[in-house]
Amino acid sequence: MKLYDYILSPSCYKVRLMAALTGVKLDIRPVDFHPGAEHRGPELLALNPAGSIPILEDADLILTESSAMLVYLAARAAPEWLGTGAAEGTARVQQWLSFANRLTASLGGARLHEMLLRPGDITALQALSIAALRELEAGLVEQGLRGMRFLVADRPTVADIACFPYVALAPDGGVSLDPYPAIRLWSRALRSLENFIEMPGIHRLHELKPEPHIEPGKV
Amino acid sequence: MTHNTMIDEWYPVGLFSKLDAAGRETALMGEPIDVARDAEGSAKVTGRNGRPLPVCVRYGHVWSSLGTPLKALFAIPEADQAGRRFVDVGVVRVRCSPLRAVENFLDIAHFPFVHTDILGAEPHTEVQNYKVEIREDEVWATQVKFYQPQAAKSASGGITTEYMYRVPAPTCAVLYKTCPPRPSEWDVITLFVQPLAEDLCDVWPWMALFDDETSMTDLIHFQQTIFLQDRSILENQIPRLLPLDPGMEIPTRADLTSVAYRRWLKRHNYTYGAQLVAQ
Repeated sequence: MKLYDYILSPSCYKVRLMAALTGVKLDIRPVDFHPGAEHRGPELLALNPAGSIPILEDADLILTESSAMLVYLAARAAPEWLGTGAAEGTARVQQWLSFANRLTASLGGARLHEMLLRPGDITALQALSIAALRELEAGLVEQGLRGMRFLVADRPTVADIACFPYVALAPDGGVSLDPYPAIRLWSRALRSLENFIEMPGIHRLHELKPEPHIEPGKV
Repeated sequence: MTHNTMIDEWYPVGLFSKLDAAGRETALMGEPIDVARDAEGSAKVTGRNGRPLPVCVRYGHVWSSLGTPLKALFAIPEADQAGRRFVDVGVVRVRCSPLRAVENFLDIAHFPFVHTDILGAEPHTEVQNYKVEIREDEVWATQVKFYQPQAAKSASGGITTEYMYRVPAPTCAVLYKTCPPRPSEWDVITLFVQPLAEDLCDVWPWMALFDDETSMTDLIHFQQTIFLQDRSILENQIPRLLPLDPGMEIPTRADLTSVAYRRWLKRHNYTYGAQLVAQ
């Protein structure tokens, strides 16, 4: 499985994270998104006319939507990440996967503007971001009342991975996470998962790292 | 606060390779400027009301000034060495003082905690003593040593890296570090910082490396990873303006370069992005 990837892209990170959590090995093909704009160059436009990354290639299958990539990885390697298959849970997963696109547009757009100087109406992007974060916070609070730590169940699903990266990087776009305690708890729960991997700006929990081996001697 | 002395310095304002006739709108210390390519293909910079500003093209970037630079842009002889790869890493905007962006680049104590498993790792956290001096009015730190699990894309395995840091201008820093493929040479990694406002800057990293194996994209991504790991910390440092007077902070031996940099800024009255009384 080949992933056309940009190390700083939260959408690409969704796929890298899902692969790590489910034990899938990816062949990474780095794309010079910035400053090279390679995703808009002829080779990648031929593969994905939308001009976006990530792109996932597995033999004849080419996927250009990150939600589809998460579902594909889960279906192939760890179907428990898709939910139990019951109607309500399946629908909730779909709802949050679609919701994740609003996070990409709003939080992602704000981040691109503030950090990488892409055009955009920053005030509008931040307002849309806050509206989306409030919905996410409300959803997580409701899940908490049901005794569940994640978006659809008490275990993580593709819905959580789809929503996590742009939310965790909200401050890059000038949107604070201070008003959202349920989101912060959920973020900690995700970052505590076994085989969690980082991206620049998203850190594992320091207290969960193994104790360093202290070397004897030498003062 | 007089910013006069920083007005006459050179600052990066764009990548030469990305320049076109339409140009890009940006700013220097609060003044809007325009950076474009003229009919002959040369870079052209104009300030408020279309006034022409000084311009030079060096190290892959377009440089300009709001005042009158007294000297040419600082020299980096390694930039003319054959066989080196020159890497335009790409601009990243940071909501912090331009001086804080430079100071962070000079610090190595944070490596094991911020650039974990790349530029440092626990328990190798001690910063051994190193040398700081002023050479020809530039701040230099030499004989810096640090254990690094992955010092560069060209390194295979952990090594103890040697470093030198140089500050040739108030918002520019040059790092010379052990070059794994050619141990008698230094890899050069720079941070050129464009001050937009006292708490906002555009950071333009650039590199001159010996590495015949790694793809350009991988070289860019390695450096962008390092810088993005620092960015959220930079945006949260307080006070926002870099304190140039001692106050609540107590520096340690690991902070020698930062202390020298702050004293050098104060001596030259380079105070844009700084405050004189620590809170």
